[in-house]
Amino acid sequence: MELTGAQILIHFLEDEGVEHIWGYPGGAALPIYDALDTDAKELKHILVRHEQAAVHAADGYARSTGKPGVVLVTSGPGATNTVTGIATAHMDSTPMIVITGQVATDMIGLDAFQEVDTVGITRPIVKHNFLVKDVNDLAMTLKKAFYIATTGRPGPVVIDIPKDVQNATSTYEYPQEVELRSYLPVVKGHTGQIKKAVEMMLSAERPIFYTGGGVVMGEGSEELVKLVKSLGYPITQTLMGLGAFPADDKQNIGMLGMHGTYEANLAMHHCDVLIAIGSRFDDRVTGNIAKFCPTAKIIHVDIDPASISKNVVVDIPIVGPVQQVVQEMNTQLAKLNKKPNSEALQAWWSQIDEWRNVDCLKYDTSGSKIKPQAAVQAVWEVTKGDAYVTADVGQHQMFAAQYYTFNKPRRWINSGGLGTMGFGLPAAMGVQMAYPDATVLCITGEGSIQMNIQELSTCMQYGLPIKVVCLNNGFLGMVRQWQEFFYDRRYSMSYMDSLPDFVKLTEAYGHVGVRIDDPKTMKKQLEEAFALKDKFVFIDIITDQQENVYPMIPAGAGQNEMILV
Amino acid sequence: MKHIISMLIENESGALSRVSGLFSARGYNIHALTVAPTEDESLSRLTLVTIGTAHQIEQIVKHLNRLIDVVKVIDLTEGPHIERELMLIKLSATGEFREEFVRLTDIFRGTIVDVTATTYTVQMIGETQKLDAYIAAIDPALILETVRSGAMGIMRGEKCLQI
Repeated sequence: MELTGAQILIHFLEDEGVEHIWGYPGGAALPIYDALDTDAKELKHILVRHEQAAVHAADGYARSTGKPGVVLVTSGPGATNTVTGIATAHMDSTPMIVITGQVATDMIGLDAFQEVDTVGITRPIVKHNFLVKDVNDLAMTLKKAFYIATTGRPGPVVIDIPKDVQNATSTYEYPQEVELRSYLPVVKGHTGQIKKAVEMMLSAERPIFYTGGGVVMGEGSEELVKLVKSLGYPITQTLMGLGAFPADDKQNIGMLGMHGTYEANLAMHHCDVLIAIGSRFDDRVTGNIAKFCPTAKIIHVDIDPASISKNVVVDIPIVGPVQQVVQEMNTQLAKLNKKPNSEALQAWWSQIDEWRNVDCLKYDTSGSKIKPQAAVQAVWEVTKGDAYVTADVGQHQMFAAQYYTFNKPRRWINSGGLGTMGFGLPAAMGVQMAYPDATVLCITGEGSIQMNIQELSTCMQYGLPIKVVCLNNGFLGMVRQWQEFFYDRRYSMSYMDSLPDFVKLTEAYGHVGVRIDDPKTMKKQLEEAFALKDKFVFIDIITDQQENVYPMIPAGAGQNEMILV
Repeated sequence: MKHIISMLIENESGALSRVSGLFSARGYNIHALTVAPTEDESLSRLTLVTIGTAHQIEQIVKHLNRLIDVVKVIDLTEGPHIERELMLIKLSATGEFREEFVRLTDIFRGTIVDVTATTYTVQMIGETQKLDAYIAAIDPALILETVRSGAMGIMRGEKCLQI
């Protein structure tokens, strides 16, 4: 079939099973947008209001479904506007395809209108990128891009397509297979290593599971639950891993790290065997590396060999897909017919329960102001804990992670690695597109929401019934908290003056806006807001300005050096 | 410690910048770098010299392997290998130094490849250390220009870096 490059792209996306594509048109992408109009059958394009939002939306879609998110933008500013979104996806290993238009090949390098070196700019923040110079290579390049983005440790792949390549013609046939001699993702963990790991687990007296986003991304949740349950060991999950193991289970001792629970961080500090699965020993988790888990032998399961012993040297590394490795751990455990040391385990649990009794997440509820923690808990109750929750970045993100109990994987969607303010609302658009009937909410703050507030317009165009829960304290809360703790309360530029009336703003976009400022009416107002199933509702909750996120491990401190209140 | 890392990369535009970009992005040092096509025109051979701890080198090799355009990587320093570097050096050669530089170059088994009334251009091939020693033996004021290829290497014996 003889098609133009632009048509090949559209046909390929449909043949690849892509259902949604987020984007924004422009000069160097016009042939593709024309082909979208003439050739697309099932493929649905969502027009955002800023290219950054297109990438975050595709990211939210990918994180909630496991399928790659696809973005289409033009050259120059279209491409540069995607950079923050691509870096966000890269840090959190989201499978993503970003297609950028480019000036014609004979114009490249001449400082043409809307020309930018997209491949050069994005190189450090992608898993791989391509500049397609020949239309005959287009279909295979697309196939390679999807293969690279979705296998191994997933990540974003950028494909830059010059305008003349979009217009040139070639025969098209969907490439069924792809082979890359220099890219062979590991598909199976080493059996001998897994065996050693299982033996080490069984010999433990103070074991702990420390699991991360890799379990969610690698669909390893079911096997992980089986393994943790059969051993009866405590488990702590990272910010990115929440939901892979049910938070309401007694074996779950909460999130760890900078704003993790007292019991999780102390259990990490005192454990003798640490079983790290799909987690990457990030500095927000480890605190001071020199003081990290001083008495532990460490098992580390990860798909990416470069993650192993990067920050912390481990004793038993296992490179492989989480699902397969943990499944084999379960099989070997069953075969061994050996039980963990129940006496030691009992002592370990009573120690953990003692730490748990400190109740580090308690907060004062006596005042007349709404506490942000209470707001998140109320949202949890109203949504029966069964929503898809996206977040922006800051205090509200930590409150959401701490107080919205996530019992299923892929329900908690936030920018963990890059910490991108402005992520939440567009990400929620991606999730709502994937699950039109689900309750999708975005927990945000009055700072973050303004970084992509223009997307209220997109939500109107596509009728997305997202619920925005804005914890509005009039401060860049996390910045203010650090300034209070570490900069002698000099609140430099952390106060948000001249805020818009979010209710009126939302109404101007055609949505419903609600303001909540009384703890007594909060629950009822939330119920009313969430009852508007088909409406986008912006819930502006005026919260206590002085509230801080506790517990906290200050930067540079060890896991046992927490600030509790 | 100095390591010579040798790799086969796809002979495509951008492959080199992926490698050099990795080094700058992660704060690794590149002491020398050399790259040229191989007998297989789809592949280039890239050799780089870096200095780091065993842990750093392990990370470097892992991250290089992660690059899609890098087909195969070895750390030559891990086993027996041959290391060579080419140097062209232009010397101010007048008076007593015209004789002296001929003798010195002979001792180091170099070749004088270009001569003018006032200069010699010397070609020298050897391990980096040998080239360093030759330079150290000459008064810096008499060195007009130095061009070095950077070290490259190959494994001894029958072992090969190939796909």
